Order: sequence, then C-alpha cells, then structure tokens
Amino acid sequence: MGPKEAQHQEYLTARESYLKQLTSLSRRGFLRVAGIAAATVAATGKIAAHSFQPIEFDFGGEGGASGGAAAAPEAPKSFTIAYVSDSHLYEKKLNERFVRAAIKAVADVNALDPQPDFVLFGGDLAQLGAPGELALGKQILDELKPKRYMMVGEHDWYFDMGEKWRELFGKETYSFDHKGVHFVVLQSVVVEDYWTKPNLTPLQRMQAMAQLDNPHGRPFTVGEAQREWLKNDLAAVPKTTPLVVFSHSPLYKYYKAWNFWTDDAEQVQALLAPFKTVTVIHGHTHQMLSNRIGNISFHGMLSTAWPWPYAPHGLPKLTVQMNRADPFDEFDGCGDGSMDVLKSGEVNARYNLWSRNPVTITARYLDSGGKVDQPPLAVDSTY
Amino acid sequence: MQTNRERKLLWGILASVLISTVAMFLFSQRASAGTPQDRTDRVQHVQVTPCDGVANAGLDVPSSHDPNNREQSLKMARVILAAWMERNPQRVGSWRQEEALAMASHPVTGAEQQTIPAASAPEKQPVKFTDRDKLIWNLELKKMVDEGYRLFHSSTGLGGTIGISCDMCHPDSSNTHPETYPKFQVQLKKVALLRDMINWCIENPEKGKPLPQDDEKLRAVEAYILSQGKGRSLEVGKH
Repeated sequence: MGPKEAQHQEYLTARESYLKQLTSLSRRGFLRVAGIAAATVAATGKIAAHSFQPIEFDFGGEGGASGGAAAAPEAPKSFTIAYVSDSHLYEKKLNERFVRAAIKAVADVNALDPQPDFVLFGGDLAQLGAPGELALGKQILDELKPKRYMMVGEHDWYFDMGEKWRELFGKETYSFDHKGVHFVVLQSVVVEDYWTKPNLTPLQRMQAMAQLDNPHGRPFTVGEAQREWLKNDLAAVPKTTPLVVFSHSPLYKYYKAWNFWTDDAEQVQALLAPFKTVTVIHGHTHQMLSNRIGNISFHGMLSTAWPWPYAPHGLPKLTVQMNRADPFDEFDGCGDGSMDVLKSGEVNARYNLWSRNPVTITARYLDSGGKVDQPPLAVDSTY
Repeated sequence: MQTNRERKLLWGILASVLISTVAMFLFSQRASAGTPQDRTDRVQHVQVTPCDGVANAGLDVPSSHDPNNREQSLKMARVILAAWMERNPQRVGSWRQEEALAMASHPVTGAEQQTIPAASAPEKQPVKFTDRDKLIWNLELKKMVDEGYRLFHSSTGLGGTIGISCDMCHPDSSNTHPETYPKFQVQLKKVALLRDMINWCIENPEKGKPLPQDDEKLRAVEAYILSQGKGRSLEVGKH
C-alpha cells in the first residue's frame, strides 16, 4: 500500500466514523460533532475527513428551534422506522416525474445509516389503480433494502376493488409486533357504494375516487367489519403495550370536502383510547400535519409526488405548517421521512422535505400541547 | 238605528262616486279623439343585423312606432329572431332548451315589470333589467365557469401530456390565490397575470403548450378560478 492509498484509507475510516456519529443527534450533539469537525480542519490545515460540513439552519426568534429543544434531556430511542408514501405512479411511458420521485425516496431510505428496522409504504402507490401502475410501484419498492410493510390507499383500490394490490402485496388489514410495540395496518378508505346505481365503469369509479375535490364523493371509513377485527386484535394486547396504527386517511376529522377525514374516526379512537401510548401515522394529506386527541398522537406523511395545500378550515391546532411549496421546484413540498420509536413507545416524526430543512415533530411537542420542542414555524404558509 | 250624521255621510259618498264616474267618462272621450290611427302612418323599411353580426332581417317600421311599446317591440324581436334561426339552424335546438328552461323557472309577466309597491313601502327608482335578464346572465356565466371546471379537472383538456390536471395540486382551485394578481413573479422575472401562471402550469407540470392569451379555454379556466375566489378581498401584488 503506497502513501496515497494509505491516505485514502485513512480518509474512508474517518468519514465512516464521522457519519456514524451523525445519526440520531440532538441539536447539542450535532453542534459538538460539527465543532470537532471544524476544529480538526482548522488544526491540521488539511481537507476535512468528510466531503461536507455539517450545517444547521436556525431561524431563531420566537418559536424558533432553539427554544425548549436544547434545554430538555433527550428521550432514549428504541428503534427507527422509515416511510415512503403517496407516490401516485402512472405508467412510466406517460409520466416519468412521479417515477423519478419514488425512486428518489427509495434511495433516501437505502442511504439511511444505520438502516431503519423496517419501512412502511403509506398508500396511493398508483394514480388510477391500473395493474401496470401497481406493478411498476412494486418494481420500484422492491429496491428497498429494509423489510417493507404495505398499506393501501384509495388510488390503489377503486379500479378493481383491491384485486391486483392484494395479489402483489397480500392482506390490506393486519397487525404485527416489533420490539415490544404493537403495529396495526388498516384499510381506512372504505366508502359506501355510489357507483353501481349510475353504472360507472371501473375506470370511471376510479377517476371519481381520484378527484380529491369531487363534490359527489363519499367520506372514508374504516367500516364495521374492520372495527370488529381491530377490537378482537387489540383484545389480546396489554393496555401498557405501545400501539402504532397506520392508516391511509387521518383517523380524525379535518376537512370533509377533500376526504381529509374518516367518518367513523370516533369509534376507532374509542378502541385505541384504553391504551397508554398510541400513535397514528397516516398518508393521504401530502403535508406536514400533526394532531393530538386525548392520548392519541397523529402524524401525517409527506407524498413523493406533490404537496396538497392546507384545507381552508379544520386544521389541527398543533400542526406546524410547512412553507408554501415553490411550483418551479418539482420536489419542493415533497419528501419522505422516518420515525424514531422511543423507549416509552412514543414517536418522534421526522419530515425529510426534499428541498427544505428537515423538521422533527417530537412526542414531547404533542404531549405538552406545543409548549416544548416547538419546530420552526413556516415563513409563509398562506395557501 | 242610524243617526242623522251617518245618513248624511252615506249620501255624501254616493254623490262623490257619481260625480267622479261622469268625469272619467268625459275625459276618456276626449282622449280617444286624438289617437295616431287618425293620421297618415308612413312605413320605413330598415335592415337589421342581430348580435351574431351575420343574419339579416328586413323590418317595416311605421313612423308611429313607439320603442317603448311592448307589443310592437316583441313583434320586431320575433322577426329578427326568425332571421337568426334561419341563419344558425345548428344552434336553434340549444337556444330553445335554454329559453324553455328560463321561461319555466322564471316566466315574464306584466306584473313583474310594473310592480305596484305596497302603500307603506318607499317608492323605488325604476330598474332597466328584469330578474329574468339576471337569470340569463347567470346561465351564461355558469356555462363558462362549468367549462373552466371541466378543463381544470382534465389532464388532457388544456393540452397536458403526462396525466397531470390542475386540481391535483389545487383542489377547489385552492392555492391559486387569484386575488393577488398582478404581481411580480420572481421565477418568471416579470409581472404576471393569473393567466400567465395558468399557462406556466400548462407548459411545465402538465407538459403541454401554452395557450394564446385570448384562447377560450384559458379564459374559461380563469373564469373558474376567479369565480371560486369571488368575494375574497384583493391583495394585489402579495407574493
């Protein structure tokens, strides 16, 4: 090994150990590592051991990130999960943009170091539920390195009532346990039949469901059958076991006209309420969205395809809105994310916005009613 | 028993009714003596082009024609309409449908035009348009807005080529904030009107070709977006 190779080897080793330190840092820890890195550069006068300098934007001021976050002790983490959601794929020959975005999200997840315990896909893999769209989606998601769990959205379902999706991905309603946490995946986009009477074709039915602002649409529900299933599933789980529920629609009532809504939300919440720690993670809304009802914390997932505007009313008070997306940047307002499941079973949700700084909504922020860990506020969230 | 006083009052009323009847009879006789029918009526032939700018109708207009006379005016309107129908046979069907709809939901009556106010209500200035006029304007407006809604929710209607329609990012035309135009659109490096941004969206996210500024489709989409924001306060130039 010549001196050049040795130097390169040294560089790689230093880089690796640096990247290891970077993961799951608090703000204070982050600054410490950043300081060490900067000091090393200053002292040696050599190039840094890594190809980038850690930077942190701190907008400061009222409601800035610097408030309670730095002062409070860190909550111990148990494990991390990642998500990709709402990719709305057309077939590649029609639309490459959404394909690019989905591939970008898969690359993000695969680049996480350490790798998350598993990755959840949050529904609406396809745009019009076509078998080709779903198959393309599977092909892209098959590239994910961590174990994958699938959830269904209305865009996947209403062309053939879930037939192709089930063939590719299995059951749409299920539960599993992971490191002491009970996970539940629901099909929350059940609506009453409004297509048989006017004789809609499968494609017409799908297009009606795909139109968010369809004035003739029907509200999403979990439905009686699944609520019964959920009741039985939870009967065997001790009330002290942390619960994480995945649903495509938010399991509460935000804005009915766009189906940011689950009509039997109260009944589902009643089944979850007896548990000590409950987190609901949902897709469909394509925006940073946080809520707390009783002891249930809610986190919305970002879409890879496009952001939805915030609805004209009904926005939960605890939601920290994301900045208005720049339409000239096809990735702005989109992204993916990860969730740190804490030892307590609570969840810190990290929004990995592709063209912005990441934002973390901590369990303590929701627990405290927004008093601590307040994330930076949007500069302009007017939609 | 009637008192003397009541009897006098009754006679007084009867007498005044009699006198006024005679007076009205005499007055009406006088008035009818000078009607235009007695004079020589000269007829002028005029050519009229209706609002389509193409059809042509010949009209015989007597010099005694009173443009405020409803019967005479209706007669002439019918001649002009017949000429238009002859010239535009393909549009007659839809015109009849609209007319039937308008008539059914709001027929024109004489009473409507000459509403007699209740004794206690304050007198109002006469208005130029009837409720039926307003109904027709609203039908026309609705037609344009509905077409805009259709195009806004279509991934191909505006020439898009990759399956993206306006409503996918702008449900109920939200986040279009039409009340803020004109404004300097930093990304376009110029002051933009709403239609410039519509065209930008057609060209970029929808991967279509921008439409000419006076294109009917562009106007319809603009009409839909503006109609959704009707009543919102103006904030010209805001971001």
